[in-house]
Amino acid sequence: MKTIFDHPQREGIGGLFPELDVPRIGAEGLIDRALLRSQEPRIPDLSEPTVVRHFTALSKLNYGVDDGFYPLGSCTMKHNPKVNETLARLPGLAGLHPLADPDLAQGTLAFLYELSDLLSRIAGMPGISLQPVAGAHGELTGLFLFRGYFEARGETERRRILLPDSAHGTNPASAAVAGFSVSEIQSNDAGMVDLDALDAELDETVAGIMLTVPNTLGIFEERIAEVTDRIHAAGGLCYFDGANLNAFIGRARPGDMGADVFHFNLHKTLSTPHGGGGPGAGPIAVSEPLVEFLPVPSIEQNGEAYALVWDRPNSIGSVHSFYGNVLVAVKAYAYLLQLGDEGLRAVSEDAVLNANYLQERLKKTYPLPYDRLCKHEFVLSGKGLAEGVCTLDIAKRLIDYGFHPPTVYFPLIVREALMIEPTETESRDGLDRFAEAMERIAAEAREAPELLLDAPHQAPVRRLDQTRAARDLVLTYPFDDREGGELA
Amino acid sequence: MGYPAEYRYTKDHEWIAVEGNRARIGITDHAQSELGDIVFVELPSVGSAVQAGGILATVESVKAVGDVLVPFDGTVLEVNDGLESAPETINQAPHDAGWIVVLEIADPAVVDGLLDAAGYESFLAEG
Repeated sequence: MKTIFDHPQREGIGGLFPELDVPRIGAEGLIDRALLRSQEPRIPDLSEPTVVRHFTALSKLNYGVDDGFYPLGSCTMKHNPKVNETLARLPGLAGLHPLADPDLAQGTLAFLYELSDLLSRIAGMPGISLQPVAGAHGELTGLFLFRGYFEARGETERRRILLPDSAHGTNPASAAVAGFSVSEIQSNDAGMVDLDALDAELDETVAGIMLTVPNTLGIFEERIAEVTDRIHAAGGLCYFDGANLNAFIGRARPGDMGADVFHFNLHKTLSTPHGGGGPGAGPIAVSEPLVEFLPVPSIEQNGEAYALVWDRPNSIGSVHSFYGNVLVAVKAYAYLLQLGDEGLRAVSEDAVLNANYLQERLKKTYPLPYDRLCKHEFVLSGKGLAEGVCTLDIAKRLIDYGFHPPTVYFPLIVREALMIEPTETESRDGLDRFAEAMERIAAEAREAPELLLDAPHQAPVRRLDQTRAARDLVLTYPFDDREGGELA
Repeated sequence: MGYPAEYRYTKDHEWIAVEGNRARIGITDHAQSELGDIVFVELPSVGSAVQAGGILATVESVKAVGDVLVPFDGTVLEVNDGLESAPETINQAPHDAGWIVVLEIADPAVVDGLLDAAGYESFLAEG
């Protein structure tokens, strides 16, 4: 596959500039010589049609939710309603300058305020910040709130975060970045937090726990109130990772379960584009004791007017420029208004129904180590399907059948894991076609394993050497005639 | 691949070769095989004191990231720097050239509590 730099043509400048009608001054006269580059920038000399064709060709190699089924466990790759895009492009929203005076931004502030109110009602928690722009950013912000809370109480020895081994992988990373150490809590045989293991860790160095609800096995913690009660009794706080909210939205509220911080992934649960179609947004909801520490500015309503309030002395400060990804918030707000209470309950019902439908069918063909009613996703194992065939081979073979592979090798507590999340927007017919492909792949694994071992056969690229890619990192484009040539 | 009879083992899949109060530590053949192609190893600094149950080193493969746990309290005497440029050594020779660190053992008696090769192999067979 060619990059834009690899085109053999040299077509000259792709645009025509008018004749210069002011005196010409070289950059040397304006900028310190030490700051000037010595080489011409490497701009491909291509015409507009060549550039358009190049990127159009690349776009055809892409695969997204608009192409087909995308059961990437934990990522909730569901349909992104197109009306949301139309609304986010309304000139009054899209054209607003981020530095506009709040007097000129009342419409945007009003909808952000109303979205905050809706999120607060969904979470059952009083405080909201829309600033974080990703789930992991919400985690980091939440952990900064933990720190603010404990520092205000003088409990600076609380530096330890407890993490079940079924939590999202970003949780321990966020805890470490926020300056906490991590202690892992093992799951019991049912895939839930082991309360005895939890008790053994509780002491005055514990800042809190991070729970993924439902967890990465797609299993809801049945004793969640006991977990949060024990943490609170030990003086700690409870973080809930909300990436899997589509499993219970409209039916249960994290605030009622004892959450102190809960993050929403607007780009998962609330239907805004995820991945390359992003950007994302990871607003947080917080319990009463943490409200005073929320990022500035907050949006407040005074009579008919809305204001950005910066004067909040205990705030942890800002965690993003301006007010997060506002146009992503437009799409999430539109989604919530379209669905309403009844629609949101249908979201969680369909997410759980679809996952259980697929789980019941596929467990006849693939091992299901935690075999119980699941929520929005489930984890199969590719282990023991056939001699010499592993989960990676199954995943690559799915590409030949026209499906995006599920999340693989996560969670770590299932060997050769295949983590499947169908999402609520797939039809029964779509689920059946995926299940048939999985069943045919299992048969191929036994009868013609080379079909799996050499897969994918139908994709733009064949099996990539991911080991070499990880060991020999090439992080810059290797121009072959670069000075010194060391990157050639 | 066999498990050397003179080594000790943990249920977290580390092997330990004890020489006096020095313990050479690596991950077992089973562990490297489960991880798959190893692409990165994060080593502790020489001279650092480590506590049982803490993280001694981190091993990253194309599939997963695994922690090498500290089997007993001690001080890091040596690290296998070669793993930084050639992490695949752990896949190729997990029980010798792929060693990860040498610890000075704080209390040599703790070694008696570790599994022997037969014990580790029967632990694997149960799992």
